[in-house]
Amino acid sequence: MPNNSIEKLPTYLEIPPIKKNSMAGKGPFKASIDIQKDLGFPGEKVDNWQQIAIDKIAETKSKYRSVQVFLDSCMKCGVCTDKCHYYLGTADPKNMPVARQDLFRSVYRRHFTFAGKYFPKLVGAKDFDEDMLDDWYNYFHQCSQCRRCAVFCPIGIDTAEISMAAREVMNVIGVGQKYPNQILGKINKIGNNLGMPEPALRDTLADLEEEIEEDTGASVKLPLDIKNSEILMVTPSADFFAEPHIDGLIGYAKVFHQSGISWTLSSYASEAANFGMFIGNYDVMRQGALRIRKAALDLNVKRVVVGECGHAWRVAYSFWNTLTGLGSGGSDEYSLKLQNQLDSNYPQPQHMIEFTYDLIQRDKLSFDKSKNDHRVVTFHDSCNVARGSNMGDIENGQFILPREVIKAACNNFSDMHKSTIKSATFCCGGGGGLLTDDLIDLRIKGAKPRMHALKQSEQDNGVNTLAAICAICKSQFSKVLPNYDFDPYMIVSVHQLVSDAIILTKDSET
Amino acid sequence: MSLISIFFTVFFYFSVLVFITGFSYKVIQYWNTPAPLKIPIAPAPLKKSGVLLRLSKEVFLFATLFKSSKWTWLFGWSFHLALVLLFFRHLVYFWPGEIPLILLKTEPLKYAAYPLIFGLTGLLGRRIFVDRVRYISAPSDYLMLLLIIVIGASGMVMTFANNHPNMLLVKNFAEGLITFKWSELPSEAIFLAHIAPVFFLIAIFPISKLLHGPGIFFSPTLNQVDNARKKRHISKWAMQKEKNTKIDLEHNQDEGG
Repeated sequence: MPNNSIEKLPTYLEIPPIKKNSMAGKGPFKASIDIQKDLGFPGEKVDNWQQIAIDKIAETKSKYRSVQVFLDSCMKCGVCTDKCHYYLGTADPKNMPVARQDLFRSVYRRHFTFAGKYFPKLVGAKDFDEDMLDDWYNYFHQCSQCRRCAVFCPIGIDTAEISMAAREVMNVIGVGQKYPNQILGKINKIGNNLGMPEPALRDTLADLEEEIEEDTGASVKLPLDIKNSEILMVTPSADFFAEPHIDGLIGYAKVFHQSGISWTLSSYASEAANFGMFIGNYDVMRQGALRIRKAALDLNVKRVVVGECGHAWRVAYSFWNTLTGLGSGGSDEYSLKLQNQLDSNYPQPQHMIEFTYDLIQRDKLSFDKSKNDHRVVTFHDSCNVARGSNMGDIENGQFILPREVIKAACNNFSDMHKSTIKSATFCCGGGGGLLTDDLIDLRIKGAKPRMHALKQSEQDNGVNTLAAICAICKSQFSKVLPNYDFDPYMIVSVHQLVSDAIILTKDSET
Repeated sequence: MSLISIFFTVFFYFSVLVFITGFSYKVIQYWNTPAPLKIPIAPAPLKKSGVLLRLSKEVFLFATLFKSSKWTWLFGWSFHLALVLLFFRHLVYFWPGEIPLILLKTEPLKYAAYPLIFGLTGLLGRRIFVDRVRYISAPSDYLMLLLIIVIGASGMVMTFANNHPNMLLVKNFAEGLITFKWSELPSEAIFLAHIAPVFFLIAIFPISKLLHGPGIFFSPTLNQVDNARKKRHISKWAMQKEKNTKIDLEHNQDEGG
């Protein structure tokens, strides 16, 4: 295991000189025939893959303005080249955002543009051949779709859009990645990424209730499939079993308990994560989201709240209303069916952080902040929350609200360097469908810029706790923190901090 | 008319025709291509007025470029600004009939040639000497910078080194292109070297990276309002999907219940 070696961190994070092919390779494990077929993709690479791929590119760019405009509009200014954590961590030039896009763009130019058809060398147009496909597979799986490059691009070119389109093209020709596609099969069949069936989930929740009662003496409930509850809670399934995620789940339960508002989890929609986004497939992403629509309708809830998960919140906040009508302001029959049921006094969907923040603002929660006095906390802005969503419907709310919740529960908070947080936050290194052991080398290297900022905070401000609101960030940090000489247990959920400091009302008091 | 005058006259109309056709084609293509999902990038505006402000800051000040790389901003912004100023400086040549007073006062704009060359040299230097930028540069990327440098440099040689061609000929030629009253152009090499790359760049605009001009206005990350959960945003093709699968959905629910 690479966990034995500790990566050295420089005092100043330099932009490395390019090291060609330093991350060349075969890429992550490929999906098996069965996994591919489950999602409706060809099981293996099809014979006439080139033609099918070109046709798919044509279709994609006709359906997504982003793809068409971004392929045309790059002027190669190069200011994105030093913005990607994978480039900073690996020095492989194909991990520079523009070079990653160029893998796609060179094929686009060759097959779809005048200059590329007649003067390919002049404009860097290339045929879609086996070598190019290998590069696509390798390097489009070295992109966590974190969108940091897009924040710095003067045209707003978003490499994530290109990377999603590329993965979609590869899936359509039968070249899929095992990790996300296998997980998507599970969510479609069972309802969550883990493939955890209803009885197992019910047991887990019962155990948790016992545990909380032992610890606190309060009978905090984690209800499952309770019809007519006020709130449907949709959270990443990692919250049900993984450390440190589960302590965050306990935190949500305690907040709901204090709020006095009835809530329920759903066994049918026991997953907020939606890897359909990572593979750029609208239909797969929609299928995942439709489970939540169905659960909300079946359970007849008034509100939908989403737990701590980065890309899930992007999908929920930015895409659910589009995909399923779960939101507000719809005018078509389809969305109104759900929107008339939901309570329009609240944002739909709402993030758990927004829910807790609102209670704090209204003085409904009390905290014993000294419970967190052994901690000096910093907050890692998860990329999809930071760059692809909002909270509180105020400008930059997605940066303000989580920090305010932390500060309500902790006395010691200190931000990392400003060039590494908020909209400029560095990815944890494991997002976008890369949180798999076959990519561990990439994950460790990609975490370097974040780890560097954290190390500075440790040295300057004594930071010993890293809080996050993303299941992938939490898993990734647990794994890679030791590689940078940190305690793997320093990563916590924001709602774990809430959980540790919240003062619960015991049953006898109510 | 001399052969060379005929050539450049035809070249001009050809370029403009290609430009108008190609540019319209691309803009219509961007316009007609749906943006099925809300993907504004942080810091995302919550209102339409915010989008207007954001795009204005990008188009006029290159705000993001400033945030990303100060040197590139300095080179890029001064070059683009100079280009706009020099465009206005040149209107006087093309203006048919009586020239408005304002255009007669544009002479000092000629000094914009200095920031033009400064910016372009900087960008070219960056492309050659920064290893990352060199890696992503295709021959066309250098070529384009060189062409504009040739335009700027030849203009400066004519303006500042007293190599003016016959200005009456220039005026008649330029105005003639607009009014279709074609006339001879000055055939000095320096003048031809000045206008040939201009015509060429006009022609390749819609088939090259110069499309970043219209592209920025269509960039969904920059031009979308961040209000996805308040207002349903759905593309035509996605709506069609919804209509097709709606029955299935209702059916499933009945099964479940």
